[in-house]
Amino acid sequence: MRLDLALPQKAAARSRRLSRDRLTAFLMLLPSLVAIAVFVYGFIGYTAYVSMSNYTTARIDLSFVGLDNYLNLFGQRRFQENIRNLIVFTSLFLVICLVFGLALALLVDSGVRGESVFRSIYLFPMAVSFIVTGVAWRWLFTPGDLEPTGLNLLFDSLGLGFLKARWIADTSVWPNIEVPGLKVKLLVPLAVIPVALAAVWQMSGFCMAMYLAGLRSIPDEIREAARVDGCSEWQVLRHITLPMLRPITLSAIIVLTHVSLKTFDLILTMTGGGPGNKTEVPSLYMYELRFSQFNTAEAAAVATILLILVSLLTVPYLVYNRRAQAAEQ
Amino acid sequence: MNAPFTLSRQAAPRLRLTRVLLYAVMIALAAAFILPVYLLIITALKDFSEVSLSRMWDLPSQFSLESFNRAWNGGQGTTGMRGSFLNSVIVVVPATIISCLLGSMNGYVLSKWRFPGSETLFTLILFGMFIPYQSILVPLVMVLSSIGLYATLPGLILTHVVYGIPITTLIFRNYYASVPRELVEAGQIDGADFFGIYRRIMLPLSAPGFVVVAIWQFTSIWNEFLFGLIITNDPRLRPVTVALQNMSGSQFTQWNVQMAGALIVAVPTLLVYIFLGRYFLRGLLAGSLKG
Repeated sequence: MRLDLALPQKAAARSRRLSRDRLTAFLMLLPSLVAIAVFVYGFIGYTAYVSMSNYTTARIDLSFVGLDNYLNLFGQRRFQENIRNLIVFTSLFLVICLVFGLALALLVDSGVRGESVFRSIYLFPMAVSFIVTGVAWRWLFTPGDLEPTGLNLLFDSLGLGFLKARWIADTSVWPNIEVPGLKVKLLVPLAVIPVALAAVWQMSGFCMAMYLAGLRSIPDEIREAARVDGCSEWQVLRHITLPMLRPITLSAIIVLTHVSLKTFDLILTMTGGGPGNKTEVPSLYMYELRFSQFNTAEAAAVATILLILVSLLTVPYLVYNRRAQAAEQ
Repeated sequence: MNAPFTLSRQAAPRLRLTRVLLYAVMIALAAAFILPVYLLIITALKDFSEVSLSRMWDLPSQFSLESFNRAWNGGQGTTGMRGSFLNSVIVVVPATIISCLLGSMNGYVLSKWRFPGSETLFTLILFGMFIPYQSILVPLVMVLSSIGLYATLPGLILTHVVYGIPITTLIFRNYYASVPRELVEAGQIDGADFFGIYRRIMLPLSAPGFVVVAIWQFTSIWNEFLFGLIITNDPRLRPVTVALQNMSGSQFTQWNVQMAGALIVAVPTLLVYIFLGRYFLRGLLAGSLKG
């Protein structure tokens, strides 16, 4: 009898403690939630609000002007150049990084000796600051005016003179097409290419690491079975490995593209946006608008456009990721 | 029975050739990856008299630490990086420690004390990891100024801690998700409360998680540039990355000093990478969400 009485009491005490613990748990999370609410969502909201005002740093004028700043930006030759450069930079960086990263992963995964040494060498640039990368690669890609320097000099001494180029000093745009309604010529500003290559040097190891993790999760038996059935290595890659790596490729595209849209320090150090704005992207222009021209409202508009671009990419991914996790549980 | 035998006999020489080619390609690629660092090192070790653009790729005929001395201590129009290096240390150490503690607590709550809506909150926190920081710079400067933290190192620490919450929470949450639910339930039956379970069950299992997060935060805060540039609006408070960018922008002729400076900035994170690369890799992969 006493036992019968004691048990529900104990259970009641436990459930009281559990609900107190739940409250504690929530309270422990609260500071972070508040910080994120203010520093991420509050700040983004404020930036969006400023982007629709007349705010300059000298004159704090928050009167609403609608989308004027945005319309003004899209009509500027300079901002159109920014967008063109960003699209070209991101496309080059993304495609080369994915292909190169996959190739590195397949090489490292091919059962060679010393694979961990190779892997470490291909990945080490990820541990280095973009500023360091920028300093090193700026000198490699400085073509030299009177006599060749950097890579051009190296190519000369290796008998690879045909590889020489103007690199970050190249002001030309290829193929330089005029499009009615646009103030910029399309398509590829050649100076963007070396900057994208430096970014590939830094990030392709990351792509390799993602693909390696993916390759390790494919059971050996599947590929082995295909080989026994007479598939060539190419067929195994094309019909088994690559399809199974598709989720990795999706993640890599999201991560690399969003890094690329945000790139700031690398370009600032390598070219400062030059020559003649040929490598400038919105993140640099925003910095100049806010901290040199003191046009805060327009800087906020550039920042908001950048945020929208990144969100279009990452929000669906976050939602998809959340659904996939919920389905697993 | 005979077929595979003949096949392998024919394949053997071709296989060996492929193997040699494979190594050749991999070694060539490794050389290409090391090339920029090689250039940094040979240039930084050259005597000033030997520094010339046309002899960029020549090895130094004698080792000299002049460039490092100039990059570190300054002199002849160069601002040394010693002070900036110290600033970076002052920012990185507390920011990393606080990030670890916050991330661990958040990860514990979000993996073991889920409540209605906690998954949605987690997703909302994660979004903070993807935003371009340009989109928060304007109000960040205003808010830091109004609370007296603009142009101070504590202001920079606070900023790094706040924007580090998403990634540290993510890594710890995924890490704690692998701790069996039964362990937590056993702790509850034994009468342990929220903190008791954290201290006696979760923390003893957390060492690898702390190492991963600490290395991640150390590396990314050390290498960070934009916040350092905006918030420390004072040459004496600059972190190393900003000092290096400044050196490379203003001292165009003394490129050997820049290269020495670049090495000084790179060494701490490279050392961490060399000795704790495994954990660095785990943090890196966690950034792609699924880990």
